[in-house]
Parts: sequence; structure tokens; C-alpha cells
Amino acid sequence: MGTVTLGHYLVLSGLLFAIGLAGVIIRRDLLIMYMCLEIMLNAANLSLVAFSRFSQQIRGQVLVFFVITVAAVEVAVGLALLVSLYRMKRTTKAEEITALKF
Amino acid sequence: MAWLLLLAPLVSAFLVWVAFRRHPRASQAVSITASLITFLTAIGIALGKIEAPASLAWIDLPGLRVEIGMTLDSLARLMLLMVTGVAFLIHVYSLGYMAEDPGRGRFFGELSLFLASMIGIIVSTNFIMMYIFWELVGVSSYLLIGFWFEKNSAADAARKAFLANRVGDFGFLLGILTFWATCGTVAFDPAAARGLAGNSLAPIAALLLFCGCIGKSAQIPLHVWLPDAMEGPTPVSALIHAATMVAAGVYMLCRIFFVLELSPEALSVIAWTGGITALVAALIATQQNDIKRVLAYSTMSQLGYMVLAVGCAGTTAAMFHLTTHGFFKALLFMGAGSVLHALHHEQDIWRMGGVGRKMPLTFATFGIGAAALAGIPGLSGFFSKEDILQTAAQSKPALFWIAALTAALTAFYMTRITLVAFLGKPRTEVATHAKESPLVMGIPLIILAGLAIVAGYPFFGILHYLGAQESAEKSLLVPAASLTAVILGLTAGAVGYGRATRERIVIPLLERKFYFDEIYDWTILKLQEEAARLLAWIDQWIIGFFLVRGGAFLVSLGGEMLRLLQAGNLREYAFFFALGAGGILLLLFGH
Repeated sequence: MGTVTLGHYLVLSGLLFAIGLAGVIIRRDLLIMYMCLEIMLNAANLSLVAFSRFSQQIRGQVLVFFVITVAAVEVAVGLALLVSLYRMKRTTKAEEITALKF
Repeated sequence: MAWLLLLAPLVSAFLVWVAFRRHPRASQAVSITASLITFLTAIGIALGKIEAPASLAWIDLPGLRVEIGMTLDSLARLMLLMVTGVAFLIHVYSLGYMAEDPGRGRFFGELSLFLASMIGIIVSTNFIMMYIFWELVGVSSYLLIGFWFEKNSAADAARKAFLANRVGDFGFLLGILTFWATCGTVAFDPAAARGLAGNSLAPIAALLLFCGCIGKSAQIPLHVWLPDAMEGPTPVSALIHAATMVAAGVYMLCRIFFVLELSPEALSVIAWTGGITALVAALIATQQNDIKRVLAYSTMSQLGYMVLAVGCAGTTAAMFHLTTHGFFKALLFMGAGSVLHALHHEQDIWRMGGVGRKMPLTFATFGIGAAALAGIPGLSGFFSKEDILQTAAQSKPALFWIAALTAALTAFYMTRITLVAFLGKPRTEVATHAKESPLVMGIPLIILAGLAIVAGYPFFGILHYLGAQESAEKSLLVPAASLTAVILGLTAGAVGYGRATRERIVIPLLERKFYFDEIYDWTILKLQEEAARLLAWIDQWIIGFFLVRGGAFLVSLGGEMLRLLQAGNLREYAFFFALGAGGILLLLFGH
């Protein structure tokens, strides 16, 4: 077993991102899609931290804090929207929410 | 002083237009005073008391200098005397003829405008000035022919006259531009015209200028407006036919003869146009029943003579005939007008008859006019026609025979209308109650009859005035042939219509005027209609459908197709978004 290299982190991050993207595209439930979005964000965070670690720079980690903050805010707003949407439509299925469709 | 010629009638027209349109008395007084002033001025000019004023520069650009000036050579002086004299008599005559017309205020204003425009043509020193007044003649003839515009036929006739003239004027304008382009000046300057000599443009310029004459002087093929112009009041017909309008074309040819003579080919075209017009018009005149129409065609025929004379390089003969013709044609029209006035505008000669006994003065003067027109020896028409025939015989013998035949026809149809209208028994109710016209109409008739008799004699001096030289060799053939022609025509007319009460010979081709109007309806109007239809099709389908609506359709089609992607499916959006992001990454880092 060799040491864990930047490549490993990046592959893991890419996998996580792909899983998240696939989830957003494939799943129908808005809540699940939301969680997949979070996975994608965290995949990005992972690669940022890895780069930061391997290039001996702090900037990447600072950026991660920003991402986490924005993600938290986004989750708060998004979940609030979801709850009120559910109250109105009694559903969280994406294909049934078509009010803006022409 | 000489400016009075132009200013008096112009001011009169203006005054009538702004102030006196509804005040016939004032309008008559102003207009007649104006025409008297112009006549007196013309006499003053002819006697040499009044000099030509200095020209005013109107447009002065490098390469184009247009002046407003006056040419008062012998050609212009003679024409001025004739035009203003006849016009003055016609003004006086109109007092009687239009006495009961409610619109006569306007009428006299328009007469003044007509007179002013004609004088402008006569005195103009350059092509541009002539063209301006040329168009003014067109406008005022339009106004006067359509004077009774509430009648559809009169309005149509006015439009027809204006449009036929426009066609000719277009050629005239092109001719002026050609002349200007090659000679570098628009002045009537024979020295400058040498630039055209030997130039291949010379015949083109000459013929284009001649187009103006074809329109104004009613030569075939643009003659169709002249007979219809009879819709105007009779004094207007007299004015158009004798003094102002149709004379302008011939006068213009004489004025610009220095251009025409550069090209013998153009001269022959002009001569033949004149000859054919003279013959065709005379043929048509033999079968018309409307007294004014017969006179109209006779004018056309006589104009053909004059154009023929110009084409044979006989400008003197043309001007001589123009002058004598002006006198007796005005006389004939005013005589006819006097008859119409008495018969409540009955124009058909077959519905007259016996008018001569009721209206002796009119009959006598009309008879003198008719005899002068027919070319009976001793009257003015004989001398001037003789001159033209002499010119034709010397330069183009074929045309001489055509002209002689026309002379016979002229004698024939003038005998016909005189006999049918004035002699015999009254054939209708109105003809039995005819009364002689008032003296205000009679006096101009008497004066003109006098002129129609004496104007041709050498002592009257028209030819001398024009500076004609007595040509030594005069063939005896000409007087012999023309006398025979006149006698033949008179006899045929007398035998054919001596006691006729209705038309004996009907030749539809002549009665329908060689079908000129019908041919124009069929060809020109059809062609125009087809062209319009084609253009409408292009507009509707190529421009309207294909370009305008087609473009809009393409855009909206694109929109419709892109709309299919906006199905409202969130996951689909995400997929396309990912696809797009992937595509961009590939593009950026793919290599």
C-alpha cells in the first residue's frame, strides 16, 4: 500500500460528484435531488481541501468555509421552499411541479 | 415695359384667383383689361417702340445659366401680335358666350393664366424658361378643358389632354437635357448648337424635342386629346386651336429650328409625321357629325401641314400658315360657338339646318372662315397653304401629293358642315327658334373675318415681316394641283350634301377615328394592366408572402422548435445543464 496521493482524493471527489449529478438527473423526489446536490457540493469541497493540502496553501480551505456557509443558507431556503410547496401541492415529485411550464 | 406682356395677365390671373372668383363682373373687367394691355404692348413691340428688356439671371451655376428674358425677334413679334390679338377678341367674345355661366369669374382668371403661359413660351430665351411656360400651358389647358368639371366627360377630357401632353413633354425634357449635355447651354443659341453638328446625338436630340410638339400640337400618335378637348367651353376651344396651345408646338419647332436643321433624318421624320397627321385628320373629319369635332380635326390636319412645312425646312411657310390659320380657326370656332349658343348647345350638324337664314352674320363670317380654311383663292388660307405646298413640292414630292389630297378633303368636309348646318330646312325644334347672337359676340367675328380675308395678301406683310425671300422658281404644278384639289373637294361636298338631310355614306373606320382610342384602350391600357398585375403579384407573393411573412415564419418556427425543449421537466433541465457544462469543459481542456 502506498501513500494516499492527490490523485486518490480527486478520483474520490469525481466519483462523489458523478453520484450526485446522477442522483439529480435520475431521482424524482425533490428532497432526494436536494441531497444529491449537497453531495455534489461536498465533492467539490473535498477536491478543494485536497488541493489546499497538497499545495501547502490555506486559500482552498478558506474557500471551503464559504461553500459550506452558502450551502447551509441554500439548504435553509430550499427546504423552506420545499415545505411550503408540499403544503400547497401535497407532493414533492419533480414532474408534478409544472406551474411555470408554458 | 415689355414685361407688361407677362405681368398683366399673370397679375390678372392672380387677382381673379384670390379676390374675384365669385365676382364675375370684376373678374371680366380685370381679365379683359389685362388682355388689352398685352395686345397694346405687343403692338408697341411690333412697331419698335418697346425694346426687349435686359435678361435677369435666374440660375447661375457653373455650366448652367438660366435667364428669364425676352426674345423679341420678328418670329416672336409676329406670334405675339397674332396671339394677343386673337386672345383679346376671344376675351371679348367670352363676355357674350359665358354671360349666363355661374362660374365665369373663374373662367376669366383661367383665360388670363392661359394667355400668360403662351406669351411666356413666345418670348422665352432659353429651353428652361420655355419648358416652364410650356408646362403652364398644359396646366391651364387642363383647367379650361375641364372647366365644366361637374360633367364627367369634361373631367375625363381634361385628364386625357393633360396626360397625353405629359407623354410628349417627357420627351421634350429629355431633348432639353440632351441639348444641354452636348452643347453646355440651354439658351437658344445657334452658335452653341454647332457642338451638336455631326454628333450622333443630333437626330436624337431633335426628335426628342419634337416629342414636345407631338404632344402640344396634337400630331399622331398623341393627337387623341385634341378632339376630346372640345368638352371645354367654345371660346376655350377657339383659344386652344388658334392662339395658345397647339400653336405653341409649331412655334417651338420654328424657334429651335437651328437644332432640327442639323439632322436631315430628323427633319424627314418630322415632315412625314406632319403629312400623315394632316391626311388622317382630314379623313376623320369627313365623317364626324359634331360641328366642333370637325373643326378640331381640321385643326389637327392644318397643324400637320405646318409640321410638314417645318420638316421641309420651310419655317417661314409654317409660321405664315400658323398666323392665317390662327385667324380663321378662331373665327370658325367662334362662329360655331355662336351657333351653339343660339341652339342651346346642340352640336350635331344633323340636328341643325337652316341656321344660316336666322343668323346671317354668323353664317357670313363662318362661311368666310370655312372658305379660307378650304383654301379658296383670294382668302388668306389659300396663300399660306400654297406656300406650304410649294415648300413640300420642292423638297419632298411624295408629301406634296399627300398634302394636295388633304387639301381636297379639307374643301370637302368644310363644304359638308357648312351646307348641312346652315342651309336647308331646320331639322329640329331648337333650330327653328335660333336667334342671332349678341353684338359682343358678333364684332369679334367681323374683325376676324376681315383678317381671314386679308391676312394672306402681300400688302398685309406677314411674309415680308418674317423676312421671306421671293423664291424665283415656283412650279406651276403646285397652284394647278391645289386648285384642282379645292374644286374637286367643293364639288364633291356640294353634290354629296347639297340637299342631304342625313348622312349618306357611313365609313365606320373614319367615323370611329381610325380606332385610335380603341387601340389605345386595348394596347396601352391592357399592357399597363398586365404590368400592374405582375407587380401586384410580386408584391403579394415575393415581397409580402416570401420575404415579410416568410421571415416572420422562420423566426417563429425556430421559437416553436426551441420551445419543445422547455418541457417543464426539472430533471431534464439538469441533464442538459450537465451536458452543456461537460461540453464546455471538454472544449476548454479537451486538447
